[in-house]
Amino acid sequence: MYRYDEYDQAVVDARVAEFRDQVERRLKNEISEEAFKPLRLMNGLYLQLHAYMLRVAIPYGTVDSRQMRMLAHIARRYDRGYGHFTTRQNIQYNWMKLEEMPDLLADLASVEMHAFQTSGNCIRNISSDQFAAAAADEIADPRPYAELLRQWSTLHPEFSFLPRKFKIAVTGSTIDRAAIKLHDIGLELVQNEAGEIGLKVLVGGGMGRTPMLGHVIREYLPVADYLSYMEAILRVYNRHGRRDNIYKARIKILVNDLGPAEFARQVEEEWALVKPLGLDPPPSELARIAAHFAPPVLDANAPVEIDLSNPDFANWVAVNTHPHKAPGYTIVTISLKAPGEIPGDASADQMDIIADLAQRYAGDEIRVTHAQNLVLPHVRRADLFDLWQVLVSAGLATANLDRASDIISCPGLDYCTLANARSIPIAQKLAVKLAPQEADLGELKIKVSGCINGCGHHHAGHIGILGVDRKGEENYQLLLGGSGAEDATLAKILGPGFDENGIVTAVEKVIDRYKTLRADPAERFLDTYRRVGAEPFKEAVYG
Amino acid sequence: MAEVYRLRADPEHTAPAVPLAEYQPGGTAVWLEAGDDARLLVPHLGALRRIDIAFPKFREGRGYSSARILREAGFTGEIRAVGVLYVDQLMFLTRAGFDAVLPETPIDPAVAEQTLKRFPFVYMKATDAVQPVWELRERA
Ligand code: HEM
Ligand code: SF4
Repeated sequence: MYRYDEYDQAVVDARVAEFRDQVERRLKNEISEEAFKPLRLMNGLYLQLHAYMLRVAIPYGTVDSRQMRMLAHIARRYDRGYGHFTTRQNIQYNWMKLEEMPDLLADLASVEMHAFQTSGNCIRNISSDQFAAAAADEIADPRPYAELLRQWSTLHPEFSFLPRKFKIAVTGSTIDRAAIKLHDIGLELVQNEAGEIGLKVLVGGGMGRTPMLGHVIREYLPVADYLSYMEAILRVYNRHGRRDNIYKARIKILVNDLGPAEFARQVEEEWALVKPLGLDPPPSELARIAAHFAPPVLDANAPVEIDLSNPDFANWVAVNTHPHKAPGYTIVTISLKAPGEIPGDASADQMDIIADLAQRYAGDEIRVTHAQNLVLPHVRRADLFDLWQVLVSAGLATANLDRASDIISCPGLDYCTLANARSIPIAQKLAVKLAPQEADLGELKIKVSGCINGCGHHHAGHIGILGVDRKGEENYQLLLGGSGAEDATLAKILGPGFDENGIVTAVEKVIDRYKTLRADPAERFLDTYRRVGAEPFKEAVYG
Repeated sequence: MAEVYRLRADPEHTAPAVPLAEYQPGGTAVWLEAGDDARLLVPHLGALRRIDIAFPKFREGRGYSSARILREAGFTGEIRAVGVLYVDQLMFLTRAGFDAVLPETPIDPAVAEQTLKRFPFVYMKATDAVQPVWELRERA
């Protein structure tokens, strides 16, 4: 795990002092809400329907037990005992009081955390693969590359007033768990013929109103040129991205308007000018950062075989664990999707329990996934049963990873000012209905957004649900066939929308039809859909 | 408009700034709209003494790139940010290459001084002489 040095800590502490000052000026009415708004947004503080919401950055989704305990403390001390893990690997608190924010940020800073750039038209929290450093399929840990970006993008003098927000994801594996094709910039670590690590650079992906997949503009970028190349991309975007219409201001629109080849040409041209300025740190800086991410010392003799005679335990192991690099170890996903609960919510007590488990069993690391679950990355298989028993007693042993009740949902109309419809209750109803048959259905990713901004990734759902406003009533559109993984595609709308009960029935009809259509029990819904197309499902739902 | 907040010691160059489209070679002061291409001025940097860059909206951010491009091209005259700007943006502005600000609402010099001292370290190189932390770490 990365540890702050004196420089990192001084910058975060200065930020807390700055915000304390700004809040004081606001509370004394020395600055208007209008002038204060951009300042609070730079610190992740939104005004929602009922209260302030704070978004805390979890860089590349990694925290240790000490930090998780602080997140629990914040939930207790400043919120109502809960936190909400988001699809961008951050955590949000929904019931914040402005006057308490400076103390809260100081608490965060005491464990090397912050809310820098979790909002606003700047480079946002860098996301990454939740299985980093543990997955058997990766070529290198992507997090040092993400940390280098985090530092470079913090309070960047040129790129803090971009046309629109800017999201970057980094992965070290060809199995894409970070949705790199759906980010403004997606980076994949690749090796050249000499075996040296470089970066494949994708630009122009994104969800929201106009979903698009990113384009590769560089197959191999040497690490020595990493930051200067990012500067070039951001500069082309900052200068030429549209600013006349916020719905057309993301980089995807610029890349699409220019065409990826012309965009790439402009980046190369700019890069030729900025490269000689010496913006790239020496290799020793990446090496310094990478040293922090050295994996925990693993037991080479950890037993591989374990007792799976308890069927509930065996089922959980089958569904919620992934192969680890090291034999005798495994990667555990803790589902925050117990059917009927709010997707991504965790109570302060649950956070404390997970912190304890991480310390005891997982090399003191916890990851947040973009599907709003948590991961313990380095667990001895021999410890799984003890760990599982603790999870069971904490209500955290739901065995549903990537299954029908593992639903992504945005906050929707229950909290969000931009929402057209509620999304949490739809997710809850669907999860309860589908959970009994989800083992039979296999991998099925359902994603719900409460408006076209798409925070719930509905375009990347095998089944996506989008809340819209129809003459003042909540209405839900059904989309099929999306994927946010390495086989990324965008889901398409099936037909006219439904009311709250209608959408649940429609999803059930789609699933029933899938069961009759699948080539064999192992064919996923997504693959069946890709094979047979939308027609049979249209007929099932509307016929 | 309020008073200009300047971080330069030399006397103010007060010639009126002409719009880029009307600029004639040899002119000493020019006005760039937010969307104007600063690179068009590169051949004229020797003659220019002041370049004003417009920030018509708070959200406007192109001027930061314009200023940086001008500094990267070696311009040492005044670069003035004009428009909807607040004291809280001073660090971004100065690091991007601005050394004067003409904001719509006045900047209190005492608050400005405090603001500019706020962050003891920076993470990336820019147009000023401040060393990024990776250089400080390298030295240590
Ligand atoms: C106060 C609550 C929120 C507001 C006002 C909000 C606002 C927005 C807006 C306006 C967009 C569209 C941006 C665009 O297309 O240019 C967006 C996209 C997005 N938001 Fe949110 N959001 C909120 C909460 C959340 C939450 C809770 C999550 C995670 C669960 C989230 C994750 C995302 C993601 C992943 C996208 C789409 C990815 C992309 O930007 O391309 N947001 N949000
Ligand atoms: S998708 Fe819409 S409703 Fe949901 S959180 Fe985003 S902005 Fe709010």
